[in-house]
This record gives sequence, structure tokens and C-alpha cells, in this order.
Amino acid sequence: MTAALETTGLSKAFGDFLAVNEVAFAVQQGSRHALIGPNGAGKTTLVNLLTGVLPATAGTIRLDGEPVTALAPHIRVGKGIARTFQVNQLFPDLTPLETVSLAVSERRGGGSRWWQRLGRDAGIVEEATEILTRMRLADAMTTRTAVLPYGRQRLLEIAVALACRPRVLLLDEPAAGVPEEERHEILEIVASLPKDVTVLLIEHDMDLVFSFADRISVLVQGRLFAEGTPDEIARDARVRTVYLGEEAGG
Amino acid sequence: MPDTTQPLATASAPAHFLLGKSRWRPAEIVFWALALAAYFAFPRRHLLLNEIAILGLFALSLDLILGYTGIVSLGHAAFFGAGAYAAGLFAKHVFGEPVTGLVFSIGISAILGFLSSFLVLRGTDLTRLMVTLGVALVLYELANRLDWITGGSDGMLGVKIDPILGFFPFTFRGSTAYLYSLTVLFLAFLLARRVVHSPFGLSLRAVKDNRLRASSIGIAPARRIVAIYTLAAAYAGAAGALATQTTQFVSLETLDFTHSADALLVLVIGGAGYLYGGLLGAIVFKLLKDALSVASPAYWLFWMGLFLVVLVLIGRERLTGGGRALLDAVVARMPGRRR
Amino acid sequence: MWGWNDRRVVSVLTILFDGVAYGMLLFVLACGLVVTLGLMNFVNLAHGAFAMAGGYLTVILMTRYGVPFLVCLPIAFVATASLGAVVERTLYVPMYDRSHLDQVLFTIGLVFISVAIVHFLMGSQAQVIRLPSYLQGRFEIFGVGIGVYRLFLIAVCGVLALLLQWVLAATRFGSQLRAAVDDARVARGLGIRVSWIFALTFAFGSGLAGLGGALAAEIVGLDPTFPLKFMLYFLVVVTVGGTSGMTGPLLAALLLGMTDVMGKYLFPKFGAFIIYAVMIAVLMIRPSGLFSRIGTR
Repeated sequence: MTAALETTGLSKAFGDFLAVNEVAFAVQQGSRHALIGPNGAGKTTLVNLLTGVLPATAGTIRLDGEPVTALAPHIRVGKGIARTFQVNQLFPDLTPLETVSLAVSERRGGGSRWWQRLGRDAGIVEEATEILTRMRLADAMTTRTAVLPYGRQRLLEIAVALACRPRVLLLDEPAAGVPEEERHEILEIVASLPKDVTVLLIEHDMDLVFSFADRISVLVQGRLFAEGTPDEIARDARVRTVYLGEEAGG
Repeated sequence: MPDTTQPLATASAPAHFLLGKSRWRPAEIVFWALALAAYFAFPRRHLLLNEIAILGLFALSLDLILGYTGIVSLGHAAFFGAGAYAAGLFAKHVFGEPVTGLVFSIGISAILGFLSSFLVLRGTDLTRLMVTLGVALVLYELANRLDWITGGSDGMLGVKIDPILGFFPFTFRGSTAYLYSLTVLFLAFLLARRVVHSPFGLSLRAVKDNRLRASSIGIAPARRIVAIYTLAAAYAGAAGALATQTTQFVSLETLDFTHSADALLVLVIGGAGYLYGGLLGAIVFKLLKDALSVASPAYWLFWMGLFLVVLVLIGRERLTGGGRALLDAVVARMPGRRR
Repeated sequence: MWGWNDRRVVSVLTILFDGVAYGMLLFVLACGLVVTLGLMNFVNLAHGAFAMAGGYLTVILMTRYGVPFLVCLPIAFVATASLGAVVERTLYVPMYDRSHLDQVLFTIGLVFISVAIVHFLMGSQAQVIRLPSYLQGRFEIFGVGIGVYRLFLIAVCGVLALLLQWVLAATRFGSQLRAAVDDARVARGLGIRVSWIFALTFAFGSGLAGLGGALAAEIVGLDPTFPLKFMLYFLVVVTVGGTSGMTGPLLAALLLGMTDVMGKYLFPKFGAFIIYAVMIAVLMIRPSGLFSRIGTR
């Protein structure tokens, strides 16, 4: 079966520094795949390569078997891959409703319509409202994003990605920076993501990783260090060594 | 794709919120009514009113790329000048009727805008500043050097403009001029308003707010920027053509750096990002300039500089949509408005 | 007309020599901007105003007080450096965290103010400097025309460039400055007093601009529109040369000087137009500058 997302020999070099080194892995359809590793291992760089934000120095990336290595980020979104950022990347001046409506209308092909009044297309508005309600943002729909508390912005970050109806969703530390009281909301949302969406989760929080993932890859210094089921990884002595001192959700 | 647009009466609350942004406010209608009334109220000031309308159109065009798309341009006068010279040459050598000349000038400046839009796609803010500045300087030099075509530093003389559409001749008092410019401004404004309140317009604001995020939801920033830059150039060119046609003269001043800075200053005064900033700012700017230039041009330059310095030091919230917030606040207080 | 004889070659060498002199001058004028932009990421379009100040100060000292030209040069440097220090501490510091657009508007405002003041006080005509006799005239070496003043420029600017390079590479201040340019936050963390370095560097850069303005008056003319006219030239040196060292801007300035002079001699109809077109072309190919590192801001 073709993997939903797979890479072969993927590398990224910044001058002499190899941030990602010959990474080859595959994420199966519908799976919940976690990518873990110490700080500076290259996890976010890898996500940036997968989404096209950074051009790869070498290697290939395939989405459902189709090569996307040379495609620009916005085209990859159209092919079915979406991501959230580790630090919120939202539109401060727009409201959540506008933000998600924008994502929906881009997906449905109406994004470049210059003659139509915003809000005229009920289908788009409905879908946006539905997504925002699911993300528990219904009451903040018409508030400027910039004034929303960070935790709710994080939810919006996920909402925007979902609005693209991706086949593969890359979540880059979704709970990062969220205050304790609001973390559980994020975790619940992540746990209840639709089963037909393949999820690649980057996380430091081991509780979240082990409760959520059905497969784990470990990235260390740009190289794929280990890969397997949560049990295999938990028992792997080398992985524990790498994480020595980084337990307790560090 | 099925048609999912629906009659306004049954639209949901969120849809109403979105639609509400593009509804015509009473204040807007008042504004345009006053603009027309000014024709009758100030019969001896038609020339000044004409200049205000032209400057307003020029500033409006800059607002489209600066206020809505976040492109900082120090050379927008390039398109104004291109339109101005195109109109002059068209009237001199082809056909003196202004509306055809206007269409021609819009075409020329749109092409120029399209070509130079690719230059602002890449690089940092600083690169964009320099490239836009550079384009304007290139055009200035061209106009300066090709003086057998453009008249060089003396300006283009012998531009004779025929009556508009064959019926409405231009008069010394500028009455036809003002109505002509006002009409063009209004039509341009209507189109701009439509574009800005559309999904396309929203995507521009998204590109301005966070280009990375915009491309991460499937927006191709390059294409949008090229489109709006071309439109803005066309508008600026239209303003330039109006200037030539209503004064029957073009000079290098239309391409000067200070002219680009004027438009920027107008937006600073009026606020960018809500379309009316350029128009309101143009009114204030022109009136102030008339009043302060009496002594010497240096006097005006000094006050303009001081204004910029003070305003920026205090805080330029208006350029980030504060003007819009103010407008919203005022409108929300009006009777009959729903939140 | 364009025969391949010795006279053509010799004329080209003369033009090249003029271009090198012009380029060195541009370098001295612009290097303050290089550091300011690289160090503080601050778009200072008013840099030319300091150059203008130095130039006009020199004119006033020479014509009204009879101060000799060579004495005016260090005075111009010190005076504009002091002016720069004051302006930086009072006006620029609040602007460091603002957006580039804000900085652009602010410094344009400063340029307008300074242009207006100079216009008001000194009139709009170009100022004339009478050079001391030992700096006037030209002589020939193998048929190549060497202007005495231009030779003087190359010497002075060359010494300054070497001095700058030495300061950057061999002194403690220089390494602190380079560290601060690389990463101001880390530098602060290492105990380097970054804001003190900002102030000192800005003052020094303004002083150099003032000195450059005094030197430039004879070559390019001095009038109130100086800052506006040369704004783009300075920016070209900075963006093409990059901000990560002195060699990039030096090469860029030399390139710019030579292209400009050669362009004006060989294609007089097109004049400065060539410079702008070349600049745009360069920026399109390498948006981060011809000589800068990858990944600059």
C-alpha cells in the first residue's frame, strides 16, 4: 500500500551544516505517527522540507506516491498536505472567521474571486463556522486574532490547517507555549482528529506522544535514529540514553 | 460547483458579519455627496478641487499596495508619470479626445506595473524600497534624456485636449476638469471597493499579515501581488493622465521622488488600509500645502518633514488600520447599525 | 571614432582612475550606513543629511572664516560625529524596534527637515569650494590623466578604508562590533555593551559621512538636494555590498563609481540610467546583495 507520506534520502544542508541527513521514512494512511527527538535534532526543519517552506538539498518527498519535492508550498497544500507551526503563524489583523473562511475558499477554488462580496457564499461560511465550532472557537469568531489568548490562537492554528481538508496533517508541537489550564483542550482536539486524516505529530510531551501515536520515529542530529511502535521505542535503551535528562515532558 | 450563494435575508450571523464589512455606510454616501456638492459650493475653486481628486486617486492606488498588501514603495510616482506622459503623447500625436487617451494611459501604466511587479516579489523590505525607487529613477532619467519626445526638464508643451467624448470642452476655470476627475475617481473607487471586500481582497490582507501562513493555506502570493500591483499601477496611471489632460502639460515633477513621497504622506495623514485614507488625506494635504507653500517651497518641505517625524515618533497606528477602527467605532454608534 | 589605438586605451584608463576615486569617495560616504544597517537593522535614509552637513560646514568655514581646506576636514568629521551622537541618542533609539516602514518614513522626514533648513539658510544654488592650489590641476603618467584632487581622494579614502579594516579586525572594539552585528542578543549576553557600541558606531559613521561630504563637494557638487540625490547610491553600496564586512561595500562602491563614471563618459545620453538598471538587475539576481553571506536579514 502506498504510504500517505514518504521520504527517501531527504537532506538539507546550510553551508557545511547538515540539518537533515538522509532521512527516509514512511507514514501510512490514517496512522498517528509521532516524530520525537532532542532539541535541535532537525524536526522543524524536516517539517519545513515536507511542506516546501525550505527547498531540499537532496532526496525526494512523495505524497500518496506522487513526488512533490519540487513543488512550492501553496501547491503542496492543494495536493493535500497542511501544517501547524510551532510558534503561531496567524493573521493578526483578521478574525478567526475570516481566517478560516479564507482557507476554505482557497481550497474550494474561490480564492481569487475579486468581484464577489465576502460572505455571499453560504457554503464557505457554513463550513468555516462548523470548523470553528468544533475547535471551540465559536464565541471568538469575530474577534481580531491578535487579541485572542494564546491557547485559543493555538486552536485556531489547528482549525486553519483542518480547513484545508488535508490528507496529511503535520502538527508541530501543538501544545507548545500553551498554559497548563488550556493544554487539555488541545490534547482532546488532537485526539479526536478525523480518522481518515493521516497525522504526523512533532512533540516533546511524552505523555501525549505515547497516548496518541501508533508509530514513533526518533530524529537525532538530523538522522533517523530509531523507528517503531511506542512499545518498541519505550524499551529501546539507546533512545532512553538520548533522552537522558529530558524526561518529564521536556 | 453548485451555487451556494444565498439571499441576504436568510444569511447566518457569521455571514452577516462578513457581509456587513462591505455594506455601504451612510458616512460614505455623505462623503460622495459632499464631493459633488463642492462643485456647486466652491465655483471659484474647481482647479484646486480637481487637483485634490487627482491626488486622491494617486493615493488610493498606493493604498492598494501599501495598505492592503503591505508593499512599501518609494517609487509609485513612476506609474503616475508613465500615465501622464502617455496621455500627453497620445493627445499630441494621435487623438485629442481625453477618454480614449485615458484608456490608453491606463493600458500603458498597467503594462509597466505588470512588468515591474515581478521586481517586488522577492527580497526584503529594503530590497523592495530600493527596487521601487530604482524603477522611478530609471523612468525619470529616461524622460529627462529623451527630451525630444518628452520635452525634458522643460516639460511637454503643445498638448491640446479636445472636448470629452466630443461634447464637454475643458474650461479655464476647471469646471469640466473637476467633474471629469471626480467621475473617474468615483468609478475607480467603486471597483477598488469591490475588489478589497472580496475573497481576493481578503487574501491580499492575509499576504500582508503573514506571507508564510498565506502560502501555507494554498495562496500563491506571487500571483496575487502581481495582480494588485498591476491594478494599482493602472490607477496611478489614470491619475497621471487626468493631471495631463486637465492641465494640458506634463513635466518631470510627475516622476520625482518627492511626488512618491507625497502619496506616502497623504496615506500617513489619512490612514492606510481602508480606502478613504487616500481621499481624506489628499484633502488635508492639498489644503495644507496651499497654505504653507506661500512663503517658499522649503517651508512646506520643512513642515512635511516635521509632521512625518512627530507622527512616527508618537505612533503610526493609523497606518495599521487604526483609521478603520476609528471608522468602525464611529459607525457602531450610529442608529440602526447592527454589531 | 572608436579606433583601437593607444589614445582610446589611455582615455579609458583615465576614466577608470576617475571612477576609482569616485568609488572610494562613495565608500567613505556609505560605510557608516553599512554598519548602521548591519548592526541595528535600521533603515537610515537620512544618512546623506550628515554628509550634506559636513559639506556645508566646510563651505562656511572656508568662505566666511578662511579656514584652510585640510583643516576643515577633521573639523567636519568631529562636528558631524558629535551631531550624529546627539541625534542617535535622542531621536533614533526609540526607532530601533519599529518596522522598516516606520523607519523609512521617519528618516525621510528628517531628510526633508534638513534639506529645508539648509535651503533656507544657504539658498538652493550649488556651493563652490575653492581648493588649495596644491590640490588643483592634473598631470600625466604615461599619457593617463591623473587629477591631483582625485589622487588625494584615493589616498585619503584608501587610508581610511585600511584604518577601518584594522579597527574591525585587530581591535577589541572591532571584534565586539562584529559580534554585535552577528547577533546582538548573544553579544549582550556576553557582556558586550551593545547600546554603547551602537552610539559610538553611529557617531563614527556620521562623522565619516560628514568628512565624505566635505570631500565630495568638489567632485559632485553640493546643494540642498544632496541627500536625496545620493540616497540611492548609498543604498546600492549597502545592498549590493552586503553588511557583513567592509570588503563587500568597498568593492560595491568601486564598482558603482566606475560604472557611473564610465557610463557618463561612454554613454552620455543615458547617464545615471545605467546605474539604476544595473542595480535593479543585481537585486533581482541576488536579493541579499552581491557580496553578502547567505541568510542575511
